[in-house]
Amino acid sequence: MAVLVVADNDNAHLRDTTHKTVTAALAMSGDVDVLVLGQGADAVAAAAGQIAGVRKVLYAEGADVGHGIAEAISDTIVGLAGGYDAVLVPATSAGKNFAPRVAAKLDASPISDVVEVVSADTFVRPIYAGNAMETVQTGDKTKVLTVRPTAFKAAGEGGSASVEKSAAASAGKTRFKSEEMVKSDRPELTAAKIVVSGGRAMGSAEEFQRVIEPLADKLGAAVGASRAAVDAGYAPNDYQVGQTGKVVAPALYIAIGISGAIQHLAGMKDSKVIVAINKDADAPIFQVADYGLVADYKAAVPELMAALG
Amino acid sequence: MKVLVPVKRVIDYNVKARVKPDQSGVDLANVKMSMNPFCEIAVEEAVRLKEKGVATEVVIVSIGPAQAQETIRTALAMGGDRGILIQSDVDVEPLAVAKLLAAVVAEEKPELVLMGKQAIDGDNNAVGQMLSQLLDWPQAAFASKVELAGGKAVVTREVDGGLQTIEADLPAVITADLRLNEPRYASLPNIMKAKKKEIATKTTGDYGVDVSPRLKVLKVTEPAKRSAGIKVETAADLVAKLKTEAGVL
Repeated sequence: MAVLVVADNDNAHLRDTTHKTVTAALAMSGDVDVLVLGQGADAVAAAAGQIAGVRKVLYAEGADVGHGIAEAISDTIVGLAGGYDAVLVPATSAGKNFAPRVAAKLDASPISDVVEVVSADTFVRPIYAGNAMETVQTGDKTKVLTVRPTAFKAAGEGGSASVEKSAAASAGKTRFKSEEMVKSDRPELTAAKIVVSGGRAMGSAEEFQRVIEPLADKLGAAVGASRAAVDAGYAPNDYQVGQTGKVVAPALYIAIGISGAIQHLAGMKDSKVIVAINKDADAPIFQVADYGLVADYKAAVPELMAALG
Repeated sequence: MKVLVPVKRVIDYNVKARVKPDQSGVDLANVKMSMNPFCEIAVEEAVRLKEKGVATEVVIVSIGPAQAQETIRTALAMGGDRGILIQSDVDVEPLAVAKLLAAVVAEEKPELVLMGKQAIDGDNNAVGQMLSQLLDWPQAAFASKVELAGGKAVVTREVDGGLQTIEADLPAVITADLRLNEPRYASLPNIMKAKKKEIATKTTGDYGVDVSPRLKVLKVTEPAKRSAGIKVETAADLVAKLKTEAGVL
């Protein structure tokens, strides 16, 4: 069998979520190709060719796919899917946007957020905010999966796959207008080794920036937030960690002023070490924390900054 | 403009799901059920479109057991006009849900389908995108802002890294993200009024859609448990432990 992995990229950089999805693909088959969709993304295609274990890179170029327009992306993938038994997509917002379309077009039942490949047709995925793990077997001719990147190790470098370039499909009825990206020099949330997250306790966007961001910068960490903090406008949507936001699994996750609702835990409970700072000793976050500090963040965070030197 | 809003009856978002001891699924007996939170957001947005005079009729559709009628009533109490219950006692997979909804669209001919991006039970985040593909309608998923004018929808979407704004020709499928709006609570008079609104009951067979599952669920198990660790007294203790014991700093 052959597997097609759709690369996660921003036209300039190949994200390591792609390498992690390649690892999932290699657990299914030795014949793994990577599809790069983008505009002016030749460097991304070249980088994809260097992933160890990749047989071939397909690079489909077009303006609409470069803007992440789902219709153009899914039409392009479906056009290329004929020779493959499975299409694997990193379970990012971008991937979740188009993968189900590919499944619908191929009349396949999509399998979302795969965290374990049991065999080439059997997969484990979380349901109910990660409170249950479902093992499912599919008989679909072309399997369509999204893969939770944090559940797989990144495939290494050292490959030398060739790149085949083609023209991507375009979208007729949907047009890109504009985008507003959060600019940051910090590591990307889903790839960071350390994540510092703030919750509703921050009380304002100013306080969030004053408390959470310097600590994150001191630790070289990414910044995350609970849904409550994002809903209240303390942090941008892109920071949300949880069931319906980003899923992270860093070596160290520091939750500050976060109570630990089921939905938040779903996004961070696979972190290696969890630290919780909360003044409420009964906050559910302490039930999953390796280290808990019952304290008001207003006192604890400056002390933490001082202790870090 | 007619707006179709699919809603799903799911485990209440405050309830922690428990796996059945025989690993056949999640135990939903005597568990509080509610409308999926993302569906509530979609209903709210549709009702606001009606209040603004943009939408003329808001039709609520749900696929599920007989009790899903209560979920439809809730949506009608929020301001929906009428409901359609497609009764099914088996769990219908996203692909079949999308096919059923496509059949409802063919019958009802709405100009807009507004729905939640994800149901919090299956966590698939798939039906809206699949419906858009099956209908060959434009898709605007994970919407945090929707403006309709001149036969077009301008939708701001929550994407990796920030926000993206796209324009889609109507008819279209829009899926709601968390920040689209804050759903209202239905008032008592509206709850009473909703009891008189029409709900048509159908079966999956009425739409000629095969809903037999494609995926075989081999087992449903508990996730790996995390146990609570220790409490530290001071921030200095914490840093020391992270450096020496945990080795993560």
